[in-house]
Amino acid sequence: MSCSRRDFLKNTVAGAAAAAMPACSVILRTPDEAKAMTEGSKVRWAFLVDTEKCVGCGLCVDACKTENEIPYEAPVSRTWVERYVVTRDGKTRVDSPNAGRDGFITGEIRGEEIDPEDIDKAFFVPKLCNQCDNPPCVQVCPVGATYQTEDGVVLVDREWCIGCGYCVMACPYGVRFFHPVHKTAEKCNFCYHRITDGKEAACVQACPFEARRMGNLRDPEDPVTKVITNERVQVLKDEYGTKPHVFYLGLDEKVR
Amino acid sequence: MSSDLVVHGAEWTVKELFVYPNEFIYWSIQIVMYPYMTGLVAGAFVLSSLYHVFGQKDLKEIAQFSLVFSLALLPVAALPLLLHLQQPMRAMEPLLTPHFTSAIAAFGIVFSTYGLIVLSEIWFVYRGYFVAQVHALRDQPGLGNRIRRLVYRGLTLGAYDVSEDAIAVDHKAAKILAGVGIPVACFLHGYAGFIFGSVKANALWMSPLMPVIFIMSAVVSGIALCMLTYIVIMEWQAFRNRRRGGGTQASEIRGAEADVIAKSTRYLLGFLVAAISLEILDLIFRGYTAMKSWDILRSVMFKTDFIKIFVLQYTLGNLVPFILLILPGRTIKRTVVALLLVLFGVFMMRWNVVIGGQAFSLSFDGFMHYHIPIVPHSVETFKEGLFGALTVISMPFILFWIINKFVPSLDRDIETG
Amino acid sequence: MKTHVLRPLWVAIALVALILIARMFVVPDDFGVHGDSFTYNYYRLSNVQEWKDFPAKYTSEKRCRRCHDENAGLLQESKHARLRCQNCHGPGAGHPKEIETLPINATREHCLRCHHRLAYPSSQRGDLPGIDGAKHKKNKECRKCHDPHHPDLEDM
Repeated sequence: MSCSRRDFLKNTVAGAAAAAMPACSVILRTPDEAKAMTEGSKVRWAFLVDTEKCVGCGLCVDACKTENEIPYEAPVSRTWVERYVVTRDGKTRVDSPNAGRDGFITGEIRGEEIDPEDIDKAFFVPKLCNQCDNPPCVQVCPVGATYQTEDGVVLVDREWCIGCGYCVMACPYGVRFFHPVHKTAEKCNFCYHRITDGKEAACVQACPFEARRMGNLRDPEDPVTKVITNERVQVLKDEYGTKPHVFYLGLDEKVR
Repeated sequence: MSSDLVVHGAEWTVKELFVYPNEFIYWSIQIVMYPYMTGLVAGAFVLSSLYHVFGQKDLKEIAQFSLVFSLALLPVAALPLLLHLQQPMRAMEPLLTPHFTSAIAAFGIVFSTYGLIVLSEIWFVYRGYFVAQVHALRDQPGLGNRIRRLVYRGLTLGAYDVSEDAIAVDHKAAKILAGVGIPVACFLHGYAGFIFGSVKANALWMSPLMPVIFIMSAVVSGIALCMLTYIVIMEWQAFRNRRRGGGTQASEIRGAEADVIAKSTRYLLGFLVAAISLEILDLIFRGYTAMKSWDILRSVMFKTDFIKIFVLQYTLGNLVPFILLILPGRTIKRTVVALLLVLFGVFMMRWNVVIGGQAFSLSFDGFMHYHIPIVPHSVETFKEGLFGALTVISMPFILFWIINKFVPSLDRDIETG
Repeated sequence: MKTHVLRPLWVAIALVALILIARMFVVPDDFGVHGDSFTYNYYRLSNVQEWKDFPAKYTSEKRCRRCHDENAGLLQESKHARLRCQNCHGPGAGHPKEIETLPINATREHCLRCHHRLAYPSSQRGDLPGIDGAKHKKNKECRKCHDPHHPDLEDM
């Protein structure tokens, strides 16, 4: 690491100050600077899932694993699809075999065949990281290895993560896991490399039914933003105060 | 799945009903060991402070021992955390880039502060002894003695003044440090409770009572372990003395020991009652308010984990030793049994919090069962298995044995502060 | 010798100094608060670029059509118009330079993702043409009879 003497001194002071009272580093900015920073970001990514359209083909999970180099056979995944079958007796059966990677090609749920006559309603719900505005996973990282970018996506620094698992515990949605190869915390990042390069996220592109879409909340003309602002959308587990940014159309109250 | 491609947690987690794909028991036995060992440290220190700060003279012996023992326990409290990291080589990062909104980030700082307080207190208590050793070993022949003398010279930090005034200053400093140490010890453990209590995603953990419960049970387990170790060592010394034919001395030890034990038992019972009351309060409150999570919590507590919580923890680990200790005509043997049960009870409490908190899915619709790896077949199954836990448990005794070679905490002939 | 009381303190200060010095050498220069919140924006700035540089595997459909206009056109006219090339042909990155032919997923299971009949009310899955995967022409690849680029039952 090259480090001039001036930088060295500067870092010493900054480092000592940061170590002494890190919370104050927020206040050190002038109001104008802070304003410029929040308003400077012209992008706030958001996701829209239309559960009415999802047929549970699992092509999104399949594409995600390939695109993001998550070992194909590992039982973990950045995104997954859940199947809900609500029967007349009031029971709700939920499953997500292989995270939905291979789709749902049998009527069986955990070895139980359900008579179609008994089904009141049944549907599929794709899940992924909610890129919360108040991400509890980021709050609890002891080393600053996970963070929120200015466009609202939560990323994990694989070079800095110590693998304590606190973020995995803190996420109410269970989206985090340890990458089997890198041995660091892993999660969906909306295909950050794709969306910042003008491409669609892998799952969005792979979905033949347009059940998954993504847009920019700061752009009022964005079709996805229009849906989110003009239609009745729902988020998952808002009681945790996380302010999730994956919005759902047609979400059932049975969805966990 | 190839052997080098292991999903952390998959080897010891069995899922039942609907559990999110990425959910596993990520925090296993080492995270049970972590609050347990931290609790022992905090408890041992509080016991020693009862003498140093509050002047409980009859606790002098056990206080001296428990102070040194808490030093031996100290590095072991950090060991489970190190062992459970997926990237242990980066263990220093919480000190380098501490993210203070995380309870774990405080660990390095609180832990180091506490370690320095314990070390300083021991230094003040034993400085006179170190100086005496430096003088005593001056003309002793042999390499061993020369090394010992060198170690002692280092331990004095160059302060050789053993005048009455200087020793009086030592006493005062030790007392102040012991006083400062109590809140820091409680903070060290209270925040271990905070680590769990503040996880809003976990229905079982999230409770503002968690830190307080952790402190209370920490003190219980710390006192119990100190008492137990103290009894075992004293009995061993008495046994050796008897074999050497020093019958009178043996009975003398026994008398002094009984006093210390009686007094410590009273404190133990007090903290035990406080700990149980808080835990029961927490349980009743959850049942009474019956939030969304109560259904799944109830089925974990009263069905899958019933034996672990109500039989092993509350009955065998709390109620039985309580009765054993409170009934009149207590003997040393009965005390030992009660202490072992108390230690077991606190361990079960940690288990039921850490593993129990992960026994149900975030979907509130499924369960996860933890099967602790017994025979290790990889580094991970060693670290997060039975032998990893045994390594952690045995470490404080090994460390104590080494430290005690230089800082004799059990020798009562030594004049200390 | 009056101040021997402070000796442990000097040791403590030396340790803190040691950590602060280590911090300067080990912590990357761009580590800090990059945003308006210490809670959410405390990180190593260059990691954002590292993620942006992550290699993409799936290419655009336009790119496929540049060479395979015939098949793409056929597909677009068919009932399978909603499908994307890479749903079955796999990720296109590196094709054709490094990977000459893409591995096609033509398994029965791949078709059954949508066409195993699940008569689920309130889900569009029930509206898709479907068969019972366990009974219909067992163990046979679907494309032996159905052309995935033009899956019309009337033309069979």
